[in-house]
Amino acid sequence: MVKRNQPDSEMLKGTLDMMILRTLVGGDAHGHTIAKLIERTSEDVLEVEQGSLYPALHRLEDRRWVSSFWGTSENNRKAKFYRLTAQGRKQLVRESNRWQRMTRAIGLVMGEEMAWSGGE
Amino acid sequence: MNWRRFFRRRSADAELLEEIESYVEEESAENMSRGMSAVEARRRAHIKFGNPATVRDAVWQQNTISFLDTIFRDIRYSSRTLLRAPGFSMMAIGVMALCIGASTSLFTIVRSVLLKPLPFRDPSRLVMVYERYRQNEFPIAYNAVSPGDYFEWRTETHGFADMAAWTPWGFNLSGEHAELPERVDAGGGTWNFFSLLGVEPAIGRAFTETEDHWGANVVVLTWELFERRFGGNPAILGKQIHLGSNPYTVIGVLPPTFSYPDVKVQLWVPYQSVTPPDFLHNHAYHQSRVIARLRPDVSRANAIAQVSNVQSRLHAEYPDQAVSEAAIPRTLAEDLASDVKKPLLLLICAVACMFLIGCLNVANLLVARGAARQKEVAMRGALGAQRWTLIRERLMESLLICSVGGVVGAALSIVATHWISITWKNLPSSRDIHVDGAVLSFACGLVFFTAILAGLLPAITSTGEPVLAALQSSSRTVGGSLSRAALRRTLLTVEIATTVVLLVASGLLLKNFLRLRTADLGCATDNVLTMSYSLPKQRYDTTDKVTGFHERLLDRLALVPGVQAVGLGESVPGKGEVEDDIFVIPEHPPVKPGDLLLDALVRRADPGYFRALQIPLLSGRFFLRQDADVEHRGNKAMINHAFAQRWFSGENPIGKHLKVPLWSDADYEIIGVVADTLHAVNAQPAPTMYFQQLEGSVLGGTLVVRTSGDPLQFSLPIQKQIATLDPELPVSDVLTMRQIVGESLGDLRLMAALVLAFALLSLILASVGLYGVLSYLTTQRTTELGIRIALGAQREQILRLILFDGLRPALFGLGLGLVLSVASARVVGSFLYGMTPLDAPVFGIVLVTLMTVAMMACVVPSWRASRLDPIQALRTD
Repeated sequence: MVKRNQPDSEMLKGTLDMMILRTLVGGDAHGHTIAKLIERTSEDVLEVEQGSLYPALHRLEDRRWVSSFWGTSENNRKAKFYRLTAQGRKQLVRESNRWQRMTRAIGLVMGEEMAWSGGE
Repeated sequence: MNWRRFFRRRSADAELLEEIESYVEEESAENMSRGMSAVEARRRAHIKFGNPATVRDAVWQQNTISFLDTIFRDIRYSSRTLLRAPGFSMMAIGVMALCIGASTSLFTIVRSVLLKPLPFRDPSRLVMVYERYRQNEFPIAYNAVSPGDYFEWRTETHGFADMAAWTPWGFNLSGEHAELPERVDAGGGTWNFFSLLGVEPAIGRAFTETEDHWGANVVVLTWELFERRFGGNPAILGKQIHLGSNPYTVIGVLPPTFSYPDVKVQLWVPYQSVTPPDFLHNHAYHQSRVIARLRPDVSRANAIAQVSNVQSRLHAEYPDQAVSEAAIPRTLAEDLASDVKKPLLLLICAVACMFLIGCLNVANLLVARGAARQKEVAMRGALGAQRWTLIRERLMESLLICSVGGVVGAALSIVATHWISITWKNLPSSRDIHVDGAVLSFACGLVFFTAILAGLLPAITSTGEPVLAALQSSSRTVGGSLSRAALRRTLLTVEIATTVVLLVASGLLLKNFLRLRTADLGCATDNVLTMSYSLPKQRYDTTDKVTGFHERLLDRLALVPGVQAVGLGESVPGKGEVEDDIFVIPEHPPVKPGDLLLDALVRRADPGYFRALQIPLLSGRFFLRQDADVEHRGNKAMINHAFAQRWFSGENPIGKHLKVPLWSDADYEIIGVVADTLHAVNAQPAPTMYFQQLEGSVLGGTLVVRTSGDPLQFSLPIQKQIATLDPELPVSDVLTMRQIVGESLGDLRLMAALVLAFALLSLILASVGLYGVLSYLTTQRTTELGIRIALGAQREQILRLILFDGLRPALFGLGLGLVLSVASARVVGSFLYGMTPLDAPVFGIVLVTLMTVAMMACVVPSWRASRLDPIQALRTD
């Protein structure tokens, strides 16, 4: 069995999954759209690596949080669309609650407005 | 872990490829809309996506169950290596198929005959109770019980919950419409017989206590008869069928699972309806079997002790009758399987030997392959393969061989089991023998066991070598793998030793069988036809009618062209069925109280019987028809030579008298002495008294017809003659004397044939093993031999060198095998009649056969070695 030791991979995997689920709330989408949407919504801060997007999509489908079907894209091309399932919606609620608790906690530790940095 | 995805990895990957393609298309469309050229847009899109192989790899990994993946890889790898050596694979698979098939068949039979519980309630508490004589003229360990004893036991003892009795019987079943009459075996069971066994009739009811009396005419059918003769129509219930011309009302049908004591018994009537009232309280009329159910609170020994006490009292009460002194139990299961337990045990031993040889052979072949691939294995070890991985791969190879062999073997075993269950006549519950889940799981277990047994030794030895040593040794190194050769030689020695044991056993059984087949029964066996009939008492109610029929039939048959002699007797030699009775010789002083009563076999014969069977007269004369006349009704007797020797040594028996107390106090005058005959091929001549068949009260008999040509051709003309006299009389057991001898040897023949088959297979396996080992050793030593020849060794020297190299393990194995055979002689010895298990000719033949086969297996490689071209040999790597 191959074990990859990337320190952040666990956390990143979790957040990527969550973001994909969040993106799908807006409606069914194919891989390209999902990547685009995440990039655009994050004001191009986050760049989705295709190397992790597709495995993530397959993983989500494996856990039955999304379902997939072949359809036609806006440009009239054959594409695989993903759709949020009821289970996926529940998971998204759980994940985003956890995320909010986490960011709040991290925010509390780091302090507001970065007062410690000398205040510009 | 997702099994579905694991097995759909390939299609998932194809889908992913399409998905990637659609991404690139989207992206390049977007790029083009930004004004790029088509080529540039596509290039940028590809750059943005990155390496698609990485994505596919990640998804593939995600879908993989790693241990399954390893197994699949091993299977693929092993099957490829096996396919590369098809000769080896086919042979190994064939060997395993035979071994697994034979073992599975035998397990199936052993399971249904010895291990499966009987279809009765709580069968472990059921015991058969027999009478036992402390000493007896005929050594029968388990003696049938007399009705008088049974009733005493049942009322006088309290050790058993209940006791029931049944007695073997037979009926002529007449056709109700147009069916032919037939002779069926039947049982007469006491009213509590079925309830004691815990068997409920499938339809209707069993007997009641009030129906169990003389003249009762109710019958319970077995399921088999109900289906076969009455079309399985429940409307038969309450209807009448005719048994021996008497109407019987069908009151019930037994369930299909009930086939006790065997499938031949087809219907049941009440016990007392087949036991004449004057015999009901007789203590010397031994014809019943007694089944008892143990009480939970009384031990078996205690319960039997009570019965023995009663029996001991009865013995004292009737000093002049054949009343035994004690009782002896055995479990019902043992009682049913007693005849086949020993043969099955022998077969298990034979199959175990063959199984061992098969495993050794496959192990040997694998060791050879391991040696050939030694460098490959070492190389892989050097490149980092773990030892466990290498062992696992080798085991996978033997597992594959065994699995394929197992599938083929299971198919073989279904056929073989079916064949054995119809060929082996004495096998109880032969209808229930079939391959089921338990048997298949046994076969699967066997496959794994064999795979590990045959694969582990070669796997461990072939992977344990230090990497460097293995890589350094090239085949130029002379004597490179002597240790491996030693291992193979040891395996071979064991293999040959086991083969010798099997060969000796089968040789002994075969010789025994051949001897018995040609055994002299003391009478004519060529061109003699026999058939049996039994007159219905209803229509033949006077002695004149009975004797009239017998005589008219004999007279008519004598006139049939081609018939040389006709006789009528109770039975014929070789057909077994011992009946013996206590007798008294009035001319001799009476037996002292406490001494053994005189006892001899009883046979009946008509005047023509001895001439038809060509049994020579030693002194006196044969019976005459007028001996059986009304005024002298059957008061003559004849004896055989053994009888005269035993009780009239030194005096002339002619004119002396016999008295059989069980029948009457009439005296029978001895008028002649005939030569001995055997009642079974494997029996000793026993003292026998012959009484008149035509005295008027004997309804049944066996016709003996000696013919001038093929006796079976006369079967129809004779049956036609019988039908002319009485069209409703069924005829049974139409057999030639040869067939009777063959049938009584049936099991022995099967046993000899099966063990011989196993032995021959083992011989083939062993010789193939010997050939393989020697060829391999010669190939290993090619360089060495080349050098020897180049240095001037003679061809004959080389030939001798290699030949002895191969013959040495054969000789060791032969010696070891002979010693083991002597040690195991007792197992086989119990199947032999009148011959010792240390039979020199058999041992000699085995010795010569094995040496010849070993020689033949060794000659080819040796000859090839002696023809080596030294230049070629030295050039080969």
